[in-house]
Amino acid sequence: MGPAERSSGVGAAEPFHIVSFQWHHVQDPYIIALWILVASLAKIVFHLSHKVTHVVPESALLIVLGLFLGGIVWAADHIASFTLTPNVFFFYLLPPIVLDAGYFMPNRLFFGNLGTILLYAVIGTVWNAATTGLSLYGVHLTGIMGDLNIGLLDFLLFGSLIAAVDPVAVLAVFEEVHVNEVLFIIVFGESLLNDAVTVVLYNVFESFVAIGAENVTGVDCVKGIVSFFVVSLGGTLVGVAFAFLLSLVTRFTKHVRIIEPGFVFIISYLSYLTAEMLSLSAILAITFCGICCQKYVKANISEQSSTTVRYTMKMMASGAETIIFMFLGISAVNPDIWTWNTAFILLTLVFISIFRVIGVVIQTWILNHYRMVQLGIIDQVVMSYGGLRGAVAFALVALLDKNKMKAKNLFVSTTIIVVFFTVIFQGLTIKPLVQWLKVKKSEHRDPKLNEKLHGRAFDHILSAIEDISGQIGHNYLRDKWTNFDRKILSKVLMRRSAQKSRDRILNVFHELNLKDAISYVAEGERRGSLAFIRSPSTDNIVNVDFSTPRQSAVEASVSYLLREKAGSVCLDMQALEQRRKSIRDTEDTVTHHTLQQYLYKPRQEHRHLYSRHEIIQNEDEKQDKEIFHRTMRKRLDSFKGTKLGINRSKKHNKIHKRDRGQRKRNGNVIPNGKIPTENPVQNFTLKEKDLEFSDPEENNDYESLHVDKGTDFLADVTKQNFADATTGIDNPVFSADDDQSIYMKFPPWLSNEDTVVPSQRARVQIPYSPNNFRRLTPFRLSNKSVDSFLLADGPEERPRSFLPESTHM
Amino acid sequence: MGSSHSMSEEIQELAEKTGFTSEQIEHLHRRFKQLSGDQPTIRKEHFDNIPDLEFNPIRSKIVHAFFDKRNLRQESDGLADEINFEDFLTIMSYFRPIEMNMDEERLDHFRKEKLKFLFHMYDSDHDGKITLQEYRNVVEELLSGNPHLEKESARSIADGAMMEAASICVGQMEPDQVYEGITFEDFLKMWQGIDIETKMHVRFLNMETIAQCH
Repeated sequence: MGPAERSSGVGAAEPFHIVSFQWHHVQDPYIIALWILVASLAKIVFHLSHKVTHVVPESALLIVLGLFLGGIVWAADHIASFTLTPNVFFFYLLPPIVLDAGYFMPNRLFFGNLGTILLYAVIGTVWNAATTGLSLYGVHLTGIMGDLNIGLLDFLLFGSLIAAVDPVAVLAVFEEVHVNEVLFIIVFGESLLNDAVTVVLYNVFESFVAIGAENVTGVDCVKGIVSFFVVSLGGTLVGVAFAFLLSLVTRFTKHVRIIEPGFVFIISYLSYLTAEMLSLSAILAITFCGICCQKYVKANISEQSSTTVRYTMKMMASGAETIIFMFLGISAVNPDIWTWNTAFILLTLVFISIFRVIGVVIQTWILNHYRMVQLGIIDQVVMSYGGLRGAVAFALVALLDKNKMKAKNLFVSTTIIVVFFTVIFQGLTIKPLVQWLKVKKSEHRDPKLNEKLHGRAFDHILSAIEDISGQIGHNYLRDKWTNFDRKILSKVLMRRSAQKSRDRILNVFHELNLKDAISYVAEGERRGSLAFIRSPSTDNIVNVDFSTPRQSAVEASVSYLLREKAGSVCLDMQALEQRRKSIRDTEDTVTHHTLQQYLYKPRQEHRHLYSRHEIIQNEDEKQDKEIFHRTMRKRLDSFKGTKLGINRSKKHNKIHKRDRGQRKRNGNVIPNGKIPTENPVQNFTLKEKDLEFSDPEENNDYESLHVDKGTDFLADVTKQNFADATTGIDNPVFSADDDQSIYMKFPPWLSNEDTVVPSQRARVQIPYSPNNFRRLTPFRLSNKSVDSFLLADGPEERPRSFLPESTHM
Repeated sequence: MGSSHSMSEEIQELAEKTGFTSEQIEHLHRRFKQLSGDQPTIRKEHFDNIPDLEFNPIRSKIVHAFFDKRNLRQESDGLADEINFEDFLTIMSYFRPIEMNMDEERLDHFRKEKLKFLFHMYDSDHDGKITLQEYRNVVEELLSGNPHLEKESARSIADGAMMEAASICVGQMEPDQVYEGITFEDFLKMWQGIDIETKMHVRFLNMETIAQCH
């Protein structure tokens, strides 16, 4: 502050400055913020050129940028003021990345390949370290390297820190390469789990070097081995303990939703620091904290918190990664540390590559005896080539004590070169390599319900077979764990409400339905008819002319907003408006309500997943077929109103008048046995027999007691339709001219309350079903060859003056 | 089961038929005897003795599958009352992992066999089609392990899955088309992209028998 700077009272005091330049005051945080800004701006610049980023991995670009910036700073100041200090790296930059990795780890894949991963991580790293260290020592003995004043232990220490595959680098490069998930998880898992080995080896050899080579005894070696187990298992346990704590805490955060995300980060970070404090493997701790807590935390916290956590984690991880690589570049521009020894550097590069390849080959050969899914040659090539070294090695080498390690500078220089080489060169070439080798890519399919179901069936079948054949197998273990989890853990760690809905299959189903709904909304919005449901806050640029389909307002549309939330969707349209924090169920009910008005509504049961309404059990099995029916047809057709023919509308009227409850619609199903002409086996037909008028599914709530009548009449109807086959099926989509008659016969005010009554705006143009609705519903073709469905809007635009004025909302 | 000489012959035969190694066959034979109480055949009741199987939601279907004549490669249809060791092995052989040295044709055949097994499990009334009701049945059983899941949810999931299947198998359907059920060809189509060989197998390597099942 101004006053503070003034010398107090002494004669030649400075005059009062209105404004003064307080650089020193803000220097430190300012510089940090500036660097972060520079790194982020650099990312923007990189991604402007799609061609460049397609070829060059971002990490490489960032390193080059770092070199460049370091050069500038050096040229300006002749000091290397910014380096990647190990403390900053280990305390602030590395945890977010590892936490991100653990939290989003595909658990099943990870644990399914755990044996493989562990083998590579432990044995592989030890092998790499030993062979590299020993061979370098061997070469040193021959004198090619010149006189270096390094002993065997120094070489081994160097070997141990250069041997470890680096998670940051692997992530950065593999993210852009998209190899198949098994391959990725093996390399990535290895890079995470080898931390324990690295820590132990590093510490052991460092202390050995400190003691001096002569004083190392056998006991010390044994201690080293024991410490490996302690470090790794201890780190894991710390992580698991904190995961347990975190899950437990999130169970009770119902009323403090705003700070829910904070818990995730704080507790995970604490696990990291605790492990570090106890000299256990901190990376393992935070990894397992993320791995173990993900299921429960995701179940417990609200959708918004979940999104927040996800985005924040990704942001921090990405930011940390960016900074790491940039600083790697900057730190290289430091002539003080540069010690160039060609032989050493070259040989290191050669040795680590060769020994990695050899190690991978041998281990894979062993593993293939035990693995179900064999790892082929191509996989091995990718694994060897993908063993990148990165910032961890650099940080470790920077941590070395200069007094004890005379050759620290040499090691630092070599490490820098190695890291640059792997990240830049190998990063650059791995993509073409992968393509050239035709590595099996990851298949990003939409989750199919069938897959999930069959997957589940497999699990059970396989564990049954294992039980029957009397062996303890993979599935047996997994089964046991699932049971344990369901009976005990979930009860303790998950909220009651979450326990119900946490079945994976349900989630996929849920997602699929939501996706459909979103596509529908998107299509509708494109046409402009649903714009009115956007909240005013997001909608300030909307023009209110709904008579013409609008193409442009995609960004402002709710569906765009929704799509932005990748994955877990929060259809919180109402809440956007009212800004209230509602619990999930209320949100969903409200949203559901909104959707119901104008969109395809998911089936009746789906609503029950959200709402707490009473479910009136539907005793009659036959009624259930209509569910299937409904969903087999193209959903939106019903929106325009479909018709079956004149004679049925009367009955339909009557039925519609009935009160609605949560009844299933007695749709156009042909129940078993009612149609004499049909095959005795239960069929579900795809005939266009849509009974609803405005909205698909919900409106027809027939009493169960009317089932018989309903089914009779349906039978009649169907029979009729069969009879009508020659005359042509009345398909509303195709026979547009009859639309009017339906509406006449069926005044909406007589319909039950569930009928969707489009608003005024909506009436102008009822959205058509989206053309890309292929995935779940069969796509109906127009019978006119020149028709696109856009054109087919024509008949729909009849004035719906007979519809009530008010909306149902 | 006779003298050791004829037993090794039998084992050889079985090994050829089912593809197991003789070691595995011996292990499985021991297990078979354990299950059957030293009798030559196994009945359904014997499966009740396996404690862990009780918690399996689709237990009945799996046990059923053991007795399903179609799986036993017999020409007839229906359920057998009891199965002998060879039948036992036949069923188990569906779960053998693929070998590295299999050629395309054998691989394809293998794949079809496994899928056929699965298909038979779903198609409980043996008519060659998985209808909606059967599918629902399966899904309900599958999800029955979760006590919180209501039946309607299971049903709607089954419906959704059926619809997916229909759209994959039949693609665009005419309005008057009837979709009766998933036939085996459709089933194969559904599984086209997914390599079932890697998913549907049990490791028959480490055969340490767990506790006696009584």
